[in-house]
Amino acid sequence: MKLLYLLVPLAPLLGAIVAGLFSKAVGRAGAHTVTILGVTVSFLVSLIVLFRVMGGETFNGDVYTWLESGGLKLSIGFLIDPLTAVMMVVVTFVSLMVHIYTIGYMAHDEENWPAGSLAGTNSYQRFFSYISLFTFSMLMLVMSNNFVQLFFGWEAVGLVSYLLIGFWSVRPTAVYANLKAFLVNRVGDFGFLLGIGLVAAYAGSLDYATVFGQSKALAAMTESVTGWPLVTAICIALFIGAMGKSAQFPLHVWLPDSMEGPTPISALIHAATMVTAGIFMVSRMSPLFELSDTALSFIIVVGAITTLFMALIAIVQTDIKRVVAYSTLSQLGYMTMALGASAYSVAIFHLMTHAFFKAVLFLGAGSVIIAMHHEQDMRRMGGLRKYMPITYLTVLIGAIANAGLPPFAGFFSKDSIIEAVHLANVPGAGFAYFCALAAVFVGGLYSFRLVFFAFHGKERFREAAHGHDHGHGHDDHGHGHHGVHEPHVPHESPKVVTVPLILLSIPAIASGWLIGSFLYGTWFGDAIFFSEAHHGVAHMKAEFHGVLGMMMHGVTTLPFWLAVSGAGTAWFLYIARPDLPAVIKRKAGVLATILEKKYGFDEFNEWFFAGGARGIGRGLWKGGDQAIIDGVAVNGSAKLIGWFASVVRLIQSGHIYQYAFSMIIGVFVLLTLWMNRA
Amino acid sequence: MSSSLLSLAIWIPIVGAFVVFAAGDQKNLARWAALIVAFAGFAITLPLYIGFDTAQAGMQFVEQRPWIPRFNIEYLLGVDGISMLFILLNSFITILVVIAGWEVIEDKVAQYMGAFLIMSGLMNGIFSALDAVLFYVFFEASLIPMYIIIGAWGGPNRVYAAFKFFLYTLLGSLLMLIALIWLFLHSGGSFNLLEWHQLRIEMAPQILLFIAFLVAFAVKVPMWPVHTWLPDAHVEAPTGGSVVLAAIMLKLGAYGFLRFSLPIAPDASHYLAPMMIALSLIAVIYIGFVALVQADMKKLIAYSSISHMGFVTLGFFIFNALGVEGALVQMISHGFVSAAMFLCVGVMYDRMHSRQIADYGGVVHTMPKFAGFMVLFAMANAGLPATSGFVGEFMVILGAVKFNFWIGFLAATTLILGAAYTLWMVKRVLFGAVGNGHVAELTDISHREFLFLAILAVCVLAMGLYPYPFTEVMHASVDNLLKHVAVSKL
Repeated sequence: MKLLYLLVPLAPLLGAIVAGLFSKAVGRAGAHTVTILGVTVSFLVSLIVLFRVMGGETFNGDVYTWLESGGLKLSIGFLIDPLTAVMMVVVTFVSLMVHIYTIGYMAHDEENWPAGSLAGTNSYQRFFSYISLFTFSMLMLVMSNNFVQLFFGWEAVGLVSYLLIGFWSVRPTAVYANLKAFLVNRVGDFGFLLGIGLVAAYAGSLDYATVFGQSKALAAMTESVTGWPLVTAICIALFIGAMGKSAQFPLHVWLPDSMEGPTPISALIHAATMVTAGIFMVSRMSPLFELSDTALSFIIVVGAITTLFMALIAIVQTDIKRVVAYSTLSQLGYMTMALGASAYSVAIFHLMTHAFFKAVLFLGAGSVIIAMHHEQDMRRMGGLRKYMPITYLTVLIGAIANAGLPPFAGFFSKDSIIEAVHLANVPGAGFAYFCALAAVFVGGLYSFRLVFFAFHGKERFREAAHGHDHGHGHDDHGHGHHGVHEPHVPHESPKVVTVPLILLSIPAIASGWLIGSFLYGTWFGDAIFFSEAHHGVAHMKAEFHGVLGMMMHGVTTLPFWLAVSGAGTAWFLYIARPDLPAVIKRKAGVLATILEKKYGFDEFNEWFFAGGARGIGRGLWKGGDQAIIDGVAVNGSAKLIGWFASVVRLIQSGHIYQYAFSMIIGVFVLLTLWMNRA
Repeated sequence: MSSSLLSLAIWIPIVGAFVVFAAGDQKNLARWAALIVAFAGFAITLPLYIGFDTAQAGMQFVEQRPWIPRFNIEYLLGVDGISMLFILLNSFITILVVIAGWEVIEDKVAQYMGAFLIMSGLMNGIFSALDAVLFYVFFEASLIPMYIIIGAWGGPNRVYAAFKFFLYTLLGSLLMLIALIWLFLHSGGSFNLLEWHQLRIEMAPQILLFIAFLVAFAVKVPMWPVHTWLPDAHVEAPTGGSVVLAAIMLKLGAYGFLRFSLPIAPDASHYLAPMMIALSLIAVIYIGFVALVQADMKKLIAYSSISHMGFVTLGFFIFNALGVEGALVQMISHGFVSAAMFLCVGVMYDRMHSRQIADYGGVVHTMPKFAGFMVLFAMANAGLPATSGFVGEFMVILGAVKFNFWIGFLAATTLILGAAYTLWMVKRVLFGAVGNGHVAELTDISHREFLFLAILAVCVLAMGLYPYPFTEVMHASVDNLLKHVAVSKL
């Protein structure tokens, strides 16, 4: 049995190793064959596992002992329960579709590399190697039965994300974006690791079952040094990790930039799977999170801010991938709100439906980008539905699902989240409910804006053949047509692209119909823990009267009409009166600028954190190491007096680094004294 | 238990060095002879691991002979779970150094190879000496070959750097000599370290002893603020010198804390632990910021080494098993990772004769294989799980959070800082468009370069995926040390 589970992550790993290390020997066809084979095996076995789990067969066991130290036994092992099984199937299915799609998308990748670049000679194989390596890492993350392996998978998916965002490493924007993504994620991991440290210190174990078994005892403790309630401290620290990985405000800044990577990975990593790791993690830790209302309150507020404020940015984006990226941020916010409302199963349900419809949207956008020959700006699209009927239809399905209209998948999951937030009783739930409703309108608007802007209306690509700037974020999928002056008429993408789109559209429509068994059956069983104080989901269960009943009821409620009016607004602005958006933008002035500047986070982070860190570094080096330490040592005591004078002068120099230096010293002196006292 | 494995581990490289010297101007003969000696030196250390009794906390493979009977000085060798792995690591790194210098060193090949072999033997001596005088002799003698390596095969500013290195470390160890003599007198005429561990000492002399040892060892680690010799030494040292300096020599100081400071002066260690923790955290954070702004790759990695060694001293002075074992794991891992990083810079330097980050850019386009290795080692340097760099940091952070949340909090900032300075360098060196005409003409790594980078890559990954065999041998000795340190000697 353990062997079967091992096969799931190891099959893609083997594919990744073969395609990556022996790229020359296996060639292009060999690379995609072996990796697709690996992921197919992984997907099929995941299905078997899912059916077995549905039959009640769960598993929790170790594969090997990774490390033993200080009474802590850390292992690599698997926990297979309904939560894991769902994630395994979602991850391997989307991954398989993306693998197939990549054959078409990366077919001419050598054109994206400068002439003579050796890194460009096997980029096709390398790409397949990376996405299989990602699949392995993600599976290790979701199948883990302990915190260490979780962290291993957590960082490994971050590594592959780094490698893939910067895949076209010749582009300055790509290698800027991947460094940014890695560092912002590391800020989250900083919290995550401290959370793990607290668990290890107080529970004496990092094994899920052992830790969760003591959750009641942990809830009664306080952290000995800080005096914080222990479970709250653990949960908030862990959630900071989730904020990094799942791109929650204010650590969301890396996700839009990650669009620098090739589109298949935007779909797989930055929409369907990796970014949902934080949602999965919190659900997995529900036995801990349920015991801290403070943490839940924090989560619901962070989720609410992300949901509404990121959706607003999506309205003003003109880059087709960035619209989808901001929409992803907003949808992740919905999932986070659900976590804060103690509706873990609802969050996982939305995670699943979102994985399908967002993969459709991204891969559909990719198909457009192929057809438009590396054009991502929707202002130069329009009227594409005539030329790309399959892409149009699938993107439309994705957009309807994203807007949350019945009977598409997004309706069931999003409506359930709104209901759960409505029923939640933690502080901040009222604010979250408002954000959730407002974002429904905005979601309808930006989803249909994308469809109308790109696929309907005037064929703007006929006017814009030259003279436009390639400012940022172009997902160049070159066909060697740079600098063409004749308007290029787009055409439908090849089958390797459209078939995955169609296959993903099916669950984007239908996966919502599983709601009955998924949320209100006994599906999750013991995998998710509910505190008795949080009865939102139980309440919803009592109100649930089948899929049809939910739809009938849904069309009579506020969210449905908000989404419809969002869609109607999009229709009015982009089909009925396409001259209006420019007018509104001019009138809105400051507001439009704020949204286009994305609230200024990028500028602030660049100036304050990146610039500040470099300033402190330079100051400590020149001022601390060179002036003070070397200066004193080299000049010696003979110049002590002169040095003293100069230090006194330095103190009042007004240079921030010198103040920083003395502050650090001061802090450590105080720390020393204080600990000595204790 | 009688065995002469440790003597062989010390003297095979040293005697072998003289064989290599005999090759004189025959460069290839010198290279092959050095390689054979290095392999023999490593092979002889393998039985130390295989035959090691993990249940036993005390010294194993002990050799005891009188040396200078008049002062009761003995030729006393032995290893426990703390020191054994470093003898293996040292002998292993020596092989890599020989391979790394193979074609690069054209000038005085026999002397170059010989100097490294002698140093390897001396450092095995440091890790296995249980007599204080024997330890001191090895400790000081190891300075000489390194001084010569920097001074003879180093960069343009080598004389300044060699001098700074020598003075710093020599001055540091003079105080230690006084401490050793005091202990000799206090113990009633013994230089046996294990006997010293049992001595009762008043608080005041304990503190003075601790400080005397601290000065010697802090310079070697190096700890802030006596670290400024290291970046200079690295910048001027040839690649092999940097590798040995980072991978092994820095560990001597840290090892000294465990062999001298903690067991001989446990009360002073506890009393001064807050200061040691503060200095360690300054190393981690302050030096992390300094590393961020370095323009010279070797300086950047040198500062990164200091920051990583901060984790080692931090782990020691939080006095729990996770901390101490984590620190030991970090020392071994740093041996692999820093060696690999310096070798990577060496590979580029041999082609471009520049260490300036600004002179590179887009190396991945001309050296994709090399870039793959460098990204792996950079990730290990940034402490990515599944690489060795993660294990030690993780253990120390867990230990630190257990000890005091805020100390763990400050230590964990390395997650961000380490990634920032390492990956920012990687970005500027490897990625982007080809930086200039020289980069465009680079050739990818040779078979020889592939060999040593691949060996280190295997080590880094193996230790990251399965660190159990490394910590397994430490448990008994570390537990014993912690128990010993917990008992007052007043």
